[in-house]
Amino acid sequence: MPPAKYTGRKVLRKEDPRLLTGKGQFVDDMHLPNTAHMALLRSPHAHAIIRTLDASRARALDGVLEILTGPEIRDKLNMLPSAAALPDLRIPDHYVLAVNRVRYSGEPVAAVVAETPYIARDALDLIDVDYVPLPVVLDPEKALEKDSPVIYEEWKSNLAGTMQLVSGDIEAAFRKADRVVKGRLLNQRVIPVAMEPRAVQASYQPGEKMLTVWSTTQIPHTLRSEIARLLKIADNRIRVLALDVGGAFGSKLNVYPEEGLVPYLAMRLERPVKWVETRRENMLATIHGRDQINYVELALTNDGRILGLRVRVIVDVGAYLQMLTALIPTLTAIMSPGCYKMLAFSFEMKEVFTNKMATDAYRGAGRPEATFLVERAMDLAAAELKMDPAEIRRRNFIKPASFPYTTRTGLIYDSGNYDKALKKALDLAGYTQLRRKQAQLRKQGKIMGIGLATYVEICAMGPARAFAAGGGWESAAVRVEPSGKVTVLSGASPHGQGEETTFAQITADELSVPFDDVAVIHGDTQAVPHGIGTFGSRTTAVGGTAVYMSAQKVKKKMTELAAHLLEINPKNVVWRDGKIVAKTNPKKFTTFQEVVRAAYSAKNLPPGMEPGLDATSYFSPQNFTFPFGTHICVVEIDPETGEVAIVKYVAVDDCGRVINPMMVEGQVHGGIAQGIGQALYEEAVYNEDGQLLTGELMDYVVPKADQLPTYILDRTETPTTVNPLGVKGVGEAGTIGSTPAVVSAVVDALAPYGVRNLDMPLKPEKIWRILRAKTSHRGTGTQR
Amino acid sequence: MFPANFDYVCPASLAEAAQFLNQHSEDAKILAGGQSLIPLLKLRLAAPQFVVDLGRIAELKVIRETNGGFEIGSLVRHVDIERSHLLARGCPLLPETAAEVGDMQVRNRGTLGGSLAHADPAGDFPAAILALDAELTAASAIAQRTISAQDFFVGILTSALYPNEILTSIRVPKLGPRTGSAYVKMSQQASGFAIVGVAAILTFDEKGKVTEARVGITGVASVPYRAKKVEAALRGTAASAKEIAAAAALASKGVDALSDIHASAAYRRDVAAVFTRRSLEKAAQRAGRK
Repeated sequence: MPPAKYTGRKVLRKEDPRLLTGKGQFVDDMHLPNTAHMALLRSPHAHAIIRTLDASRARALDGVLEILTGPEIRDKLNMLPSAAALPDLRIPDHYVLAVNRVRYSGEPVAAVVAETPYIARDALDLIDVDYVPLPVVLDPEKALEKDSPVIYEEWKSNLAGTMQLVSGDIEAAFRKADRVVKGRLLNQRVIPVAMEPRAVQASYQPGEKMLTVWSTTQIPHTLRSEIARLLKIADNRIRVLALDVGGAFGSKLNVYPEEGLVPYLAMRLERPVKWVETRRENMLATIHGRDQINYVELALTNDGRILGLRVRVIVDVGAYLQMLTALIPTLTAIMSPGCYKMLAFSFEMKEVFTNKMATDAYRGAGRPEATFLVERAMDLAAAELKMDPAEIRRRNFIKPASFPYTTRTGLIYDSGNYDKALKKALDLAGYTQLRRKQAQLRKQGKIMGIGLATYVEICAMGPARAFAAGGGWESAAVRVEPSGKVTVLSGASPHGQGEETTFAQITADELSVPFDDVAVIHGDTQAVPHGIGTFGSRTTAVGGTAVYMSAQKVKKKMTELAAHLLEINPKNVVWRDGKIVAKTNPKKFTTFQEVVRAAYSAKNLPPGMEPGLDATSYFSPQNFTFPFGTHICVVEIDPETGEVAIVKYVAVDDCGRVINPMMVEGQVHGGIAQGIGQALYEEAVYNEDGQLLTGELMDYVVPKADQLPTYILDRTETPTTVNPLGVKGVGEAGTIGSTPAVVSAVVDALAPYGVRNLDMPLKPEKIWRILRAKTSHRGTGTQR
Repeated sequence: MFPANFDYVCPASLAEAAQFLNQHSEDAKILAGGQSLIPLLKLRLAAPQFVVDLGRIAELKVIRETNGGFEIGSLVRHVDIERSHLLARGCPLLPETAAEVGDMQVRNRGTLGGSLAHADPAGDFPAAILALDAELTAASAIAQRTISAQDFFVGILTSALYPNEILTSIRVPKLGPRTGSAYVKMSQQASGFAIVGVAAILTFDEKGKVTEARVGITGVASVPYRAKKVEAALRGTAASAKEIAAAAALASKGVDALSDIHASAAYRRDVAAVFTRRSLEKAAQRAGRK
């Protein structure tokens, strides 16, 4: 680790002044001369045959430049990518524009390009499409029944793929069990709703044969390769830029139709083309998250020890497979055992097509589902055995001495101390007093509940062997400029997280330069040699390590050059207070600036040393990292309306070593907000025709500041051994720990009403129905 | 989010605006803050030929004290009602209601008249206007008339205004002695509109008996309404907790309640009673119930 002048401190974010004063460079801020604007005609039907599509009236509209339809361009552009994440996965043909059939409401059918966005939008109304509606399939369990309509006739069923993972003698575990608890847990469909919708702009210079694409993406280099494949052109003729991106939560870790269409149109028209998603399009046709039904069974001894965990999962993947749609639930599989020892584990999954938007990575991406199912199962077990929920967890924790620990699913947990985080959270919350208070309040007829969740998650994605296509590394270059300022180039692509700051902290400490002297550049495939991107809580742990490695290489070269200038052995050189000093004689020194000058003048270099001061590194981690923690939530429920108020929220997270505590807190805050969102508020609701009813922010509940509590946060710090920084990652922890904690609290509050489980979101009316059913006499006494 | 083409008209006076509407009433929409109209235009749920902006008509932007009450211009913004010292003293129900509208950005732009004329069944102001028994003035190029609050709300997004009329002002009474008012609300979690919003006004005589009770309820039915059964049940009582609860239980009696993904009709009817009780309790306390 570097000495800590900046690392470990609450350094203010480099990004914020420009973002807070409206000086960010988002795609829609780019105004190129002569730009044409694209709009998409989207299917109003969830499932239909396109009998005819007539765009002649639209073509005749003044200002319309081009109209594309699926059949016209099916051979010109390749299909959208999908990872073959399961051996038996059925990957549907996924054209950028629908060809003859639509399978979800919002699927793009035609693209219009016009002189202004207004004309493009007007033209959509002039395209005449004759649809023949087909029966829709929305419930993934019904979709598997024999008499269900089929979305892909060639496969004769709606089954997309399966997975089975069995470890240990699961049958024996259940035979030996004193008790078995069972539950059906619903992890509802949610919509990511990044603040900035998606946007794509492209410009083509025919002279240079160079295509420049600005996109709201988390993966600029991958997108470059994919645009090359989609358009059938060479990747070295494409530059992808993702400068400022206004959040993503996984929804921009993908390749979308517009990322093929806009560049294609820019080349075809030889004019810049821009498309900016509307919020309604964002809700309809940018990936959704979660949507799993989990059947869990836990085999237990009478003293609360887990013998086995059996999970059966139905995943509603929607109508098509986006890039990682099929992969996300496999993360649920490997994380399901959570923080607990067990003799046996089994996981059986079916991914199912329905007439909805595809699901894919949404903050946590498969791990929140795992944590939710195992934590809710632990609560069911605690209730069954009349044990305290904290105690039953403690009894089953993997003990600190057991790390590195190989789990039932083959993961190797790097480090952990689950009990320490639990204890700290319980103390912070005042758990024993809270239980006493709860008993008192219950006597007064008040409804109060305490919920907790202990989690471990999988971060810092990841080792190359873990992915079918390999990858998982990250690159970074560090360059000391002739002025002595330092430039960092990263292949990661933060979109709000703030690694311009953390990478500068790491670099400034390693090279002993002022923080303000470090500029961090990312999101430009022309500037940055290569990269993977930002997702899976990987950027600081993997990308930061690559930065650290490059800074070390530069420092080593500077040390050697300094020794050469001082005419001593490099072993006898130390860096001290901005000087590079001879160990034995403090008066014999050179400065950072002198070494930089020497490196670029190249007049006096040691034999064999090249001029310049830069280094590039690729860090390919050998394992994931496994952050963990405990979240505790306390709720009070209005007995008349069923409204839930969170009165206390405590989170103790362990993300390994911390580069910037303020930013870690920010990540935890945002994560908890989204986790509470799923527990209490959020749900993508489709009607029986497959129309999205929550297609606007008027109806889809993204929690606002006044719907969220104050958080009491703390940390334990258990560094990882997977990377030299000791950093584990924290981007998703808040989302993972919070959802089960909140549901647990509400269920605990309603325990006197015989409630042991409730499906999210926990809307007031759902709770009111329980209260009303169980209360013979109501205070207000309504007429009915 | 690109509206269809429209012509923007910005009259300098009320007379000019009325004249224009008289000629183009069927093709025009009035812009009065735009917090509902602009989203409707952007979603192309509305595509009028003319958008008539009342923003330059100064006379519509004034809160005036009149004999026994206040006259509020239709273009007065929510934020100005929320912060009006005049209303805080004489008619605190309106600032209390204004504070519940949307969020700060909406309150900074939206207007009282715009909100009322839009006649959203879950808007906040209709409840207060009903409880206050307000009188609304509408002007056209031909005539001016007064519409009572009770007659103003006709259906979902439909008011009693004729297409050529402009809502110009809203007259509310000054609340007298031994009178208390309150507005309480359960918000739809996404939009902030009312699942149920209840405005209540209670007046007591010197002996502590209720002489006047008025309750306006929004969010529950397709048209905001006066809960007359509640009012009748309270008149002449001391508004004890028990009496209030019994009266509040009548809040949605006989009402055809709305049902949507946010709340079923049964839930709306039930919480209408709860919030009516809470609103009446607050109003009674503020009146200094004996």
